[in-house]
Amino acid sequence: MFNGFLHICLFFLSLSILAALYRVVKGPSTPDRVMALDNIGVNLIAIVACLSILLRTHAFFDIILLIGILSFVGTIAFARFIERGTAIERKRIH
Amino acid sequence: MIPNDVILRSVTKAAIVIIFTFSIYLFFGGHHNPGGGFIGGLSVASGLVLLYLSFDIETVSKNIPVDFKKVAAFGVLLALLTGMSSLFVGKPFLNQTFGYFELPIFGKTELATAVLFDVGVALAVIGTAVTIILSISEDG
Repeated sequence: MFNGFLHICLFFLSLSILAALYRVVKGPSTPDRVMALDNIGVNLIAIVACLSILLRTHAFFDIILLIGILSFVGTIAFARFIERGTAIERKRIH
Repeated sequence: MIPNDVILRSVTKAAIVIIFTFSIYLFFGGHHNPGGGFIGGLSVASGLVLLYLSFDIETVSKNIPVDFKKVAAFGVLLALLTGMSSLFVGKPFLNQTFGYFELPIFGKTELATAVLFDVGVALAVIGTAVTIILSISEDG
């Protein structure tokens, strides 16, 4: 019963990743693609959580936090690159 | 126009504590849980990359006065020395041992010499990753 719910959740999370993937491929501007990649990261966290309930293990809980950190750092880097032209600055501007 | 990223810097100051704490947890949990030297070093490197992104290279290198090429070299040296230290007691190369000790706070704790090898791996990973990223961003 509960496993059925988890499988339905996994199905809809996969659909949501597919929708975000459509936005990555089709997105007219670069910020659209970056936001879609960030959304894919959040959905991946949810999928890992559902899978670790399904597999009855807590070995994947570190992965959840790690995906969160890496997706955050990647999005920040892309945003800096879009806004400034360089991801890491040599020295402070002002 | 002078860019103002006070939100990014405030979020970074809070998040960097969580990231470093999580990487220390991953490092020490590597003996019985998923984790270890490699992923611990990589998450420290990602925290340092977040610092470099939200501040700049000069500010971070002034506050963390560490040459990361020397960190990588020291890590490889430490891993090699812990591997060679088993040669002096007549055991094969890279032989590991462990023992149970009574520590003040933790009580009975298992201490293994594999942690020293893992420290070397983590330092090598941190030094290599940060050196690659800094030398790529050098002329950007």
